[in-house]
Amino acid sequence: MKTLKVQIVEQLNLQQIKPEDIGDDQPLFVEGLALDSIDALELIVLLQQKYGIKLANPADGPQIFKTVRNIAQYITDNRPK
Amino acid sequence: MLYFHPFPMASDNYISRYIHISNEGVLLNGEGIYHSDGKAGADMLVDAFKVQSLNYPKFYKMDNLSKLAILATELLLQGSDIRDRYKSEDMAIVVSNANSSLDTDQRYWDSVQKGAPSPSLFVYTLPNVMLGEICIRWGIKGENTCLVSEQFDAVSQTDYVNSLLEHSYAEVSISGWADYLDGEMEAFFMLVEKNPTSLDLHNSNTVKKLYDRQWKN
Repeated sequence: MKTLKVQIVEQLNLQQIKPEDIGDDQPLFVEGLALDSIDALELIVLLQQKYGIKLANPADGPQIFKTVRNIAQYITDNRPK
Repeated sequence: MLYFHPFPMASDNYISRYIHISNEGVLLNGEGIYHSDGKAGADMLVDAFKVQSLNYPKFYKMDNLSKLAILATELLLQGSDIRDRYKSEDMAIVVSNANSSLDTDQRYWDSVQKGAPSPSLFVYTLPNVMLGEICIRWGIKGENTCLVSEQFDAVSQTDYVNSLLEHSYAEVSISGWADYLDGEMEAFFMLVEKNPTSLDLHNSNTVKKLYDRQWKN
């Protein structure tokens, strides 16, 4: 999850946030980091670029991108073997 | 309907404050308030934003042109009470530049070439997005106009803003120039009001004189 946090900070250009300051279960949208819809698109790009994962169902996005832990679990479950 | 006069209008409008930003630093009303000390481009904009203790987290996610325009507006309006004195609908903004959004267009094209088009770059591939950012930040709901020209045209832009104020399309306007390409940048913003207690009369001669002020080390 440490690497994933670094990648999120870089991909979303969160210059005022240190990766280690993002909690594993901290909400990423609305509260917490207060990410927006464009950030959600960037997270989809990150999954494609770094992990070769295409989000099969966009409706799953809110649950997958809820926390860093959720994203990490999704990567573990869906990463191409 | 707005129209241009064949000759510059006589103005009863005033410039109440103005700001320059370049890679040298920041001048507010002609006085240095930040020196870049060798920093340039986006690095300088972020440094100036932090040094001036400005607080707007979204700033860091903007493209370079919007960072420049937002920083200019923040410093221009810092401590100002325009939001108390004017209704949102009576505040206007008119900004021009030479390179449109080319700096971000190129970055977006690079991301396309790499096979991963960036959504966060794409949303900045129009020059008037910088105005949108300013309008969101400062609650401006009046006229907003983005012009592209090779150089800052003090005569026509001054006439345009005076026309807005004279015909009551706005009571106050930010007017100026914000240009960014490959680390080269220049911003010159003025706050133009009908308030006669202000600094200078808003006519093209004064605007040219203020625009031409350079950073002095």
